[in-house]
Amino acid sequence: MEEVLSPSDARLVDGLRAGDEEAFRSLMREYGAAMLRVAQMYVPSRAVAEEVVQEAWLGVLKGIGRFEGRSSLKTWLFRIVANTAKTRGVRESRSVPFSSLGGDDDAAVDPDRFLGPGERFPGHWALPPEGHLLAQEAMEVIAREIDRLPPAQRAVITLRDVQGFSSEEVRNALDLTETNQRVLLHRARSKVRSALEEYMR
Amino acid sequence: MRLDRELACQDIVELMTAYLEHALEPSDRERFEEHLVFCDGCGKYLEQMRETIAATGRVQLEAMPVDLEERLLEAFRGWRPV
Repeated sequence: MEEVLSPSDARLVDGLRAGDEEAFRSLMREYGAAMLRVAQMYVPSRAVAEEVVQEAWLGVLKGIGRFEGRSSLKTWLFRIVANTAKTRGVRESRSVPFSSLGGDDDAAVDPDRFLGPGERFPGHWALPPEGHLLAQEAMEVIAREIDRLPPAQRAVITLRDVQGFSSEEVRNALDLTETNQRVLLHRARSKVRSALEEYMR
Repeated sequence: MRLDRELACQDIVELMTAYLEHALEPSDRERFEEHLVFCDGCGKYLEQMRETIAATGRVQLEAMPVDLEERLLEAFRGWRPV
C-alpha cells in the first residue's frame, strides 16, 4: 500500500489517535474555519453547517484508527465534511450539489470595461501600486469579499488559495470535476481581484 | 480545452484561470501568450491575478467559533481510540 502521509500529517494522525489535545487544537487552527465553509456549500445556514462539522468530527474520530494515508489527511478530512454536508443537505431538502452555483454566472470583468466588439484592446486596467497588497487593510478587503461569495466559490477559493491545496486536492476533497473546480475558482478569483482593484483606486 | 478563433481581450480574461492552472491545450496556450505580447492591458490583468492569488494566500481565516470548538473538544475527550 502506498503511503503518502507527510511527516507532519503522520504526527497529527498519531497525536489524534493518542487523544492528544494539542494535535486537536492544531488541526482546528489549520482547518476549522475552512471545514465550516465547505459545510456551507451544501446546507442552507451557518447553524446547520456547525452541526455538520460536529457530525463530521464524530466520523473523523470513528475513522482515524483505520485511516491508511492513501490520501493526505486534509483531503480525507474535507471529504468527510463534504459528504456529511451533502447527506444533511439532501435531508434539508435543498437541491444539491450546486444550487449555490445559480445566480452567479456573471463575467469575470464587467463587460463595460472593454472596448466594443471588433476592437482589440481592453479598457484601462489600473495596476495596483506595488507593496500595497501586503497591507492589513487589503487582507481585510479580500477576506470580506470571500465571505460574500456564493458558498461553492467560497469553499473552492478557501481551499485552493487560502489553504494552498493543489487543484487536484480541491477536486478530491469536494468531489468536483476539473471544469467545475476551475469555473468556481475563476469566478471567485475574479471577484476578489475586482474588490482589490476597487480598494486600490 | 480547445479554442477556434483569435482571442479577444474578453476571452483572455475568461481563460485566465485555465491558463494559470495549466489547463489550456499547448496551441491555445501559445495563442494566449501571443495576445499578451501585444496587449498591455491583459498583461497587467495577468499580473494582477497573480498578485491577487499571492495576497489571498496571506489571508488569515477567522478562528472557528469557540463554542463549536469546545463541543468538538468534548467529543474528542469522550472518545476512546479503538
